[in-house]
Amino acid sequence: MIGLQHYLVLSAVLFSIGLYGALTKRNAVVILMCIEIMLNAGNLALVAFSRFITPTLLTGQVFALFVIVVAAAEAAVGLAIIMALYRYRDTVDVTRIDLLKW
Amino acid sequence: MGLEIAFWVLAVVGVVAALAVVFLQNVFRAALMLMLGFLAIAGLYVTLSADFLAVVQVLVYVGGISVLIILAIMLTRDVQRGSPANKLQVPAFLVSGLLLAVIIMAVLIGPWTIASLPPQTPTTAALAAKLLSPDGFILAVEISAVLILAAVLGAIVMVREK
Repeated sequence: MIGLQHYLVLSAVLFSIGLYGALTKRNAVVILMCIEIMLNAGNLALVAFSRFITPTLLTGQVFALFVIVVAAAEAAVGLAIIMALYRYRDTVDVTRIDLLKW
Repeated sequence: MGLEIAFWVLAVVGVVAALAVVFLQNVFRAALMLMLGFLAIAGLYVTLSADFLAVVQVLVYVGGISVLIILAIMLTRDVQRGSPANKLQVPAFLVSGLLLAVIIMAVLIGPWTIASLPPQTPTTAALAAKLLSPDGFILAVEISAVLILAAVLGAIVMVREK
């Protein structure tokens, strides 16, 4: 029987994979993709909670809907920043974009 | 029974796709595996009786965000370097492993009061009532419209040629 804990463990696994990728990769677009994985893992946990704990309230699904909206807006702006960065520095390697580093 | 098979298949596909996004050297293939991961998550929403959310996930994530990501990859491609890893691999592995262990422990211990009510399907009318009715989240809907407008304007300003 698939229960709440199955979905939550799956969400945790996806989140930690996305976290590892976001901390480790050097390509800025890949970092953004790993952030999207983390957001999807959070959404999965929200919908699982909504379905198993308060099935008639649907609050988790509403929250997940807004997370999707915010993720879309953030992906658009983030990718625009990366494209502008590539135009001026000719690289998307985040270890080489260090003008603001101390 | 079918739900169990669907959950395990989609879970394995999702985890393999996420691992492929992180570990593939070819950035374009990583983007394609990300699309596969989004489709697996949409399938998991269907197993959770969130039908409207599954369709929104496919439309917005697979149809919108993934296309944006592939566009950005095409415009910022570095074929020789691909998708390398930086020096933080071991600490990042420890941190994410620790986080995974803590979350799994909390999930398996915590007493969850599982409701015995069946989920409501279809969810479209109920979600519409929750979002757009006067005592629903109508303010958040309007604010998210302004957010999307700001994001579109910001992206245009960032990307245009001087």
